[in-house]
Amino acid sequence: MTNEELSALGVAKSVDARGTACPGPLLEAKKAIGTIASGEVMEILSADEGTRVDIPKWCTKQGHEYLGTVEENGYYKIFMKKK
Amino acid sequence: MESEVTNQLAQLQKELEALGKKVSMLENSRKDQLSIAVVSGDFDKILASMVIALAAAANDTQVKLFFSFWALSALRDEKKRANGKDFISKMFGVMLPKGRNKLGLSNLNMMGMGPVMIKYLMRKKNVLSIDRMFKEAAELGIEITICEMSMDLMGFKKEEIIDYPNLRYAGASTFVNEGLESSMQLFI
Repeated sequence: MTNEELSALGVAKSVDARGTACPGPLLEAKKAIGTIASGEVMEILSADEGTRVDIPKWCTKQGHEYLGTVEENGYYKIFMKKK
Repeated sequence: MESEVTNQLAQLQKELEALGKKVSMLENSRKDQLSIAVVSGDFDKILASMVIALAAAANDTQVKLFFSFWALSALRDEKKRANGKDFISKMFGVMLPKGRNKLGLSNLNMMGMGPVMIKYLMRKKNVLSIDRMFKEAAELGIEITICEMSMDLMGFKKEEIIDYPNLRYAGASTFVNEGLESSMQLFI
């Protein structure tokens, strides 16, 4: 997906994990995924470089769909769709 | 000619079934589970154990931590006391760190300056504190098993161990058995 497509996505849940380092963002994402329905999109905001690798790996393992990452000023917006 | 082909097919089918059985046996014997033998009582190594354990738990992997030997210092509650210890056990109790916040570093401890600096950096870089890590671990259902023999050897008592929901006492064969069925085993 392109950055424009990602930014235009309807997000059911936004997790702001910029205030925590590894493994904080993943823990917050795990907690948040339980609050959205199957097929809904979640974005995770993280300033942690490792998270942009960790989240796609987590998605692969759990069967969620990793949609892409948008780089903002000093942080990442990582998009995923719940299975 | 035709019967030969039928025979071969039957043979192949048998082999496939045998293989299928083997594969499912292998799959069932290794659960999505992480077993860590936490033996070190250094702050950095307890930290590493907890970070790996939390990351695994966030990935829905069942986590089992087996604390033994020096690592028991990390599980001591600084506010709790235990009575009825013999002289050497008392000495051990006094000389060993009382709880996860009192642990030294394996390198650059510098009479306690190192841990102070590390904790400052952890706060500055938004790393979860060791207390938060234990709290998250409890919420995620991470299991802590305390080596009964180590407890006895070091002279620690159950009354001075932290309150933790998934805590139990067992022997080395528990770790070995659970390690065997885990898809990942670590020794820290």
